[in-house]
Amino acid sequence: MTKTTCSTAIALTTSLAASLLVLGGTAQAADPVKLIDVIELSGPGAPAGTNWKNGVDLAVKEINAKGGILGRPIAVTHYDSQTNPGATRAAVQRAVDEDAYVVLGPIFSGPISASMQITQRAGVPQIVGGEASAFTKQGNPYIFRTSLNQADAMPKLANYLRDEVKAKSVAVVWVNNDFGKGGRDAMIPELQKRGIQVAADIATESGQADFAADAIKVKNANADAVFVYLNEEESARFLRAARQQAIAKPVIGETTLLGAKVIELAGEAANGVKGHVGLLVDAPKPGFAAFGKTYQDAYGFTSDHNGIKGYTAVYTVKTITERVGKFDREAFAKTLHGARIDVAQEPGILIDTKWLENGDVDRESFLVEVTDGKPVVKATLPMINP
Amino acid sequence: MDQFLQLVVAGLATGAIYALAAIGFTLVWQTSQTINFAQGEFVMLPAILVLVGTHAGLPVWAAFAVASIAFVLLFGFGFKRFLVEPMQRHGVLPLAIATMALSVLVKEAAKNGFSAEAQPFPSLVPDGMLSLWGAALSARDLAIFVVAVVAIVGLQLFITRTRTGRTMQATAQNPTVARILGIPVERMILLTFLINAMLALVASYLVSPVYLAKFSNGESIGLAAFIAAIVGGFNQIRGALAGGFLIGLIDNLTAAYVSSAYRTAVPLVVLVVVILVKPEGLLGRKEERTV
Repeated sequence: MTKTTCSTAIALTTSLAASLLVLGGTAQAADPVKLIDVIELSGPGAPAGTNWKNGVDLAVKEINAKGGILGRPIAVTHYDSQTNPGATRAAVQRAVDEDAYVVLGPIFSGPISASMQITQRAGVPQIVGGEASAFTKQGNPYIFRTSLNQADAMPKLANYLRDEVKAKSVAVVWVNNDFGKGGRDAMIPELQKRGIQVAADIATESGQADFAADAIKVKNANADAVFVYLNEEESARFLRAARQQAIAKPVIGETTLLGAKVIELAGEAANGVKGHVGLLVDAPKPGFAAFGKTYQDAYGFTSDHNGIKGYTAVYTVKTITERVGKFDREAFAKTLHGARIDVAQEPGILIDTKWLENGDVDRESFLVEVTDGKPVVKATLPMINP
Repeated sequence: MDQFLQLVVAGLATGAIYALAAIGFTLVWQTSQTINFAQGEFVMLPAILVLVGTHAGLPVWAAFAVASIAFVLLFGFGFKRFLVEPMQRHGVLPLAIATMALSVLVKEAAKNGFSAEAQPFPSLVPDGMLSLWGAALSARDLAIFVVAVVAIVGLQLFITRTRTGRTMQATAQNPTVARILGIPVERMILLTFLINAMLALVASYLVSPVYLAKFSNGESIGLAAFIAAIVGGFNQIRGALAGGFLIGLIDNLTAAYVSSAYRTAVPLVVLVVVILVKPEGLLGRKEERTV
């Protein structure tokens, strides 16, 4: 081999190696970022989980169409938590083992409490849909909400019962799980502080089908209003049973009583129901209306608040990762604590949202009444800590 | 007193649904000496089939008609022909296990093939209240109770007052002798399975507007009906009837006066007591078999 030929060969080899390195680097940069969604696709939480999953898929599709996050497309995998703490733990462990960048879900508070230590130990951020107070009180730096803490909603509802409904006594119907018990334990002291008597305190079971006995008890308690704190399907069944027993008193509740799925399932029995809602496609925010239409076109039914939560969870991942500038789970969690994302900056967030140091969120919320099968916003309540 | 009366009516309405399903247990037991562990799913499925029809664009009445015919053919004729007959010759236990497998299959097929979510189901009975002995009672509860009782009384009259019904009884009591007497035993057994499917159909259409149509509805209904059939007497239709009403009443009174958390547990306690004190059930008949 001559000297020239040898030099040419070395140059070619070097160029080839450099090209391969560049190509390899490009391929690495374009590797999908893995989000794993552990969500209630069966069991009592299926209505909530289905909406959340659809919202996640919609956001992923939109973000990928615009180039992904920092140039990497999102690959999302959904695992069914079966609304069961054991199955949720297994699915979250699998998500961690599969090197998820962020774990999304679940929604039900019991499964969240049962599984959040797994992501905490692994240092994987987890963005959940639960409302129970307990799980953001434990100092876990990797857990973040998409909905208001129920403890923040109850004072607003108690004021509403005192000032608008003028109730002197209230029958409280709640579901005996982490979500329901948390809501009941937060609500009753708020009622008592305002001099409102608890005329009946009725525990029901998750997945319960027959609410006739509970509705009869509520009716005979003869309270001025009924506060209902159940999951979606049970809320609808209770409303049907209440209508069957001709309960004429105002029925007041939180987001899970006024969601689109509850209204669909309860039919006419949902009319007249009032309450406090954190997220709603019919709320007077332009982003919600656009999201609601896109969701309706994609899936053929109206999204409830869980669809919005799933959607905004993915946009939260995008926005915070872009702020960090790299895919670093620890930096992601640190940045999200105390962060505020405004619609002006990221339209996909739909409503200006602030994360507190414990992972709770703060944002505007709405007082709603169901009229002719539609939720109608009566008032917008401000952020607690703007 | 008003509350108690309201709870009794609601309990009887719930019990009527349990009774319809429990009678299915006794019918299958009498003709094939096995327990149909898919009985709860038999009550769940017709409502799902109606919704499949309405989602496919059929008018509601047509969806009811198509679903009813399809269900009775599949889970009356088909259940006997393709599951009970082939498995029966292998003994009672394999047949019971086959019905368990059918239960899981039907439930998962409803979940994956239709929806994991509950769905609203059209009610055949309007809402409203009726005043009875000074108490305001739910019209729908009363209607469920009346429709179920009419179905059960009609069945009882058919079995005891018609020639076909009496030959069905003869077949259930001793198929060998019935065959010697010239009774078309196979046809009578098929009739029993068709009646079981029709009772499940009625239960499904009555309960689904209240419970909402969902793949998992069969679990609680199947368990309650099974308990009702044992408590009342597994080998007697009147026993299943009494057991159904009793469990429905206990269920509602427990939820109201004890706690909803114990509404499943208390009927199980009753079941244990009945097995210890009167193993043949409250209205059941003692059976002796040579082994």
